[in-house]
Amino acid sequence: MRMSKIVRTGACILYPLITIFGLYVVVHGHLTPGGGFQGGAVIATAAALVLVAFSHADIAGMVRKTVFSAQESLGLLLFIGAGILGLLAGAPFFANILANSGLLFGLAVPPGSNPGDLNTAGVIPIMNIAVGVEVWGGLAIILMYLFSATGGEGA
Amino acid sequence: MTPVLYNLPFVAVVVLTIIGLATIVLKRNLIKIFLGITILESAVNLFLVSLGYREGGIAPIYTNAPDRLMVLPTPQALTLTSIVIGVATTALLLSFAIVIWKKYGSIEIGFLRRLKE
Amino acid sequence: MIPPFVIENSPALMVIVPFVAAFIAPFSGRVAPALRALVVGGAMAITSAITLLLASDVYAHGTRLYVFGAQAATLAVPPDSGGIPVRIMFTVDPMSALMLVITAISAFAVVLYSLTSERHHSGLGSYYTLFLLMVTGILGMVSTGDIFNFFVFLEILSIASAGLIAFRIDGGVAVEAAIKYFVLSTIGALAILFAIGIYYGEYNALNMALIAQRMQFTLLDQLALVLIIAALAMKCGAVPMHFWTPDAYSMAPSSITALLVVASQASLYGLFRTVFSLYNITLNAACVGWLIIILGVLSMVVGVTMAIPQKNVKRLMAYHAISQTGYMLLGVGVGLAVLGNQPLLDAFGYMAMEGGIFHIINHAMYKGLLFLTAGAIFFRIGTYDLNKMGGLGHSMKWTMIFFIIGALAIAGIPPFNGFASKLMIYESVFAFNPVLSVIAMVVSILTLASFVKVFHSIFMGPVLPEYKDVREVPRPMLAGMGILALVVILFGIFPSLVVETLVAPAAHALADQGMYIAAVIGGGV
Repeated sequence: MRMSKIVRTGACILYPLITIFGLYVVVHGHLTPGGGFQGGAVIATAAALVLVAFSHADIAGMVRKTVFSAQESLGLLLFIGAGILGLLAGAPFFANILANSGLLFGLAVPPGSNPGDLNTAGVIPIMNIAVGVEVWGGLAIILMYLFSATGGEGA
Repeated sequence: MTPVLYNLPFVAVVVLTIIGLATIVLKRNLIKIFLGITILESAVNLFLVSLGYREGGIAPIYTNAPDRLMVLPTPQALTLTSIVIGVATTALLLSFAIVIWKKYGSIEIGFLRRLKE
Repeated sequence: MIPPFVIENSPALMVIVPFVAAFIAPFSGRVAPALRALVVGGAMAITSAITLLLASDVYAHGTRLYVFGAQAATLAVPPDSGGIPVRIMFTVDPMSALMLVITAISAFAVVLYSLTSERHHSGLGSYYTLFLLMVTGILGMVSTGDIFNFFVFLEILSIASAGLIAFRIDGGVAVEAAIKYFVLSTIGALAILFAIGIYYGEYNALNMALIAQRMQFTLLDQLALVLIIAALAMKCGAVPMHFWTPDAYSMAPSSITALLVVASQASLYGLFRTVFSLYNITLNAACVGWLIIILGVLSMVVGVTMAIPQKNVKRLMAYHAISQTGYMLLGVGVGLAVLGNQPLLDAFGYMAMEGGIFHIINHAMYKGLLFLTAGAIFFRIGTYDLNKMGGLGHSMKWTMIFFIIGALAIAGIPPFNGFASKLMIYESVFAFNPVLSVIAMVVSILTLASFVKVFHSIFMGPVLPEYKDVREVPRPMLAGMGILALVVILFGIFPSLVVETLVAPAAHALADQGMYIAAVIGGGV
């Protein structure tokens, strides 16, 4: 039993837009409400939309589960790696040594409106991106397993 | 009337807790029991967020902020962590429900009696 | 010889190493199973080494602090914070160090055992991920000094162990046990989160030392105390919240059951940390002490009486685990009941607490050993039913010896370690209230009777025809059991040495709230 053409076409149009919005929420996590988990959950909504519009059998043919599993582990290792950066510089684990340290990370931002530097929050946006990638992979793989377990039993 | 209005979030927490616990204890379908757990989690998350409110406070962002009281940001972080834990819990419980349905043929808790004594 | 980098950062490394290895294990398993065994075994060996290093450092030099994200690891109170600790930190004091020693020895023995006993199962990549996450959860739970961090590690532990209990699906029965465990565990964890919210709303603090400093025993604090005692007593299997324990312990793979025992002890540690370090003498010590004593006595009696008619050997051992948890609650409850009263505390209060805490480490060792022997028997003959077993003593000699060691230790027979801790509990509890001591001794006799029955039906008698060609279990499994048996024997032969190096500092650190607060708030570089 396939979904109608309107649903399938709508899902194909909306899915990249939702993904870009989710990535925006992830990357701007240190400035606006949002961050790693919130943005990752939004992107996983896009994956859920595609899984519902097309049947699980079609999707499983296009994307293998190991890709998402690898993405989840990669995100986590990147997160721990960002924490270990502090260990290597002599500070405790998770110390924010990149904040306000010149070059790309700039100096402390003065109050009031100003263009600022690219990344003055240091390690925090890196960790946000790592968590976003990890949550995307993790929630997508949960959804694929749940759909595959009940897919064969009926609509 | 006004004390009730200021304490309205906490009244809502109590109501949601009672609904959640009643669902867990009284319902027989496994999915409804798991929904009761989700309602109980929402109650505790609402409690955590409403602890941080300060009357007349603004959002806790320093850039271009007027010189007023700010709401506390720590309970927001606690609630976010709790929501993430809730997602993992719900996913695990739902996958248990799928396996029970495949092996036992039914998800009423009256049938889950193979472990006795 | 050991680089100072490792010693200074050992609390962080202790949690990072199993966490990273948990997520590398599935990918190394896809390359070759031997590589995964090497990664898991190596990571667990390194973790145990770092943990024992940290524990010995704490016993030698006092409480260790590790503040995450600060300029220096011991900078608990930053200069611009107004005199309060603001970051998440690990506060490893001697009581935490004792729990770390238990976890390090137990987890290493269990990994050695399960590398062989699980090799015929599928899905082992996820098994080792969840296993290492469970170890991370236990290690984090016992070392943290921040109460919300305790909740997070508790949830990591619950989710990982629920997944592992349902690992062998067994036609759905294991999943039923896992659902019972996980629903109760989630409700308990939500109750703990509610109590944490109450503490934050009242005192605007999440650090345990800061809450302890600001604690006044208001009505809301009493509510939080009740929620935390109920939730953590449920997690360690005290009566009347024990209904998940027989199901979960019997349906899990045996190596996981041995680790679940350590996880229950970690929840017991959480209960003691809350009652002694957060509240201490502000609460009504006699009332709460008697509450814990009653929970302990109920657990002892109900546990051992429900164990006698059991036919499934792991369910029987699970009921005995409930009963032994009652001993620990009894011992420490007596210590709590005399907490405000210094002469009584010196007379028998400290000995009661030392007995209860010594029983924690003894129980983890001999109960783990017993569950591993039950798993070894299952590995060879495929059943846990006592009516079907018999005559295994002829072919499985080493397993029989380990079972005898574990059974004599749990019954409290010298020269094994159960005798030393039970004697301390009997003496001190007798000085407090003779009736409780008599109940404890009767429960001990019933434990011995139950295990004599089990030993006879498994190992004695003629060799049954269907078990004619059963051989001994492979050597890594024997090595795992051997480590625990060695600790049981050594702790039994030198109990006073163990008490004065490991247990007495832990009991004094637990009872002394002022030292805990001073280590965190007085500290700072």
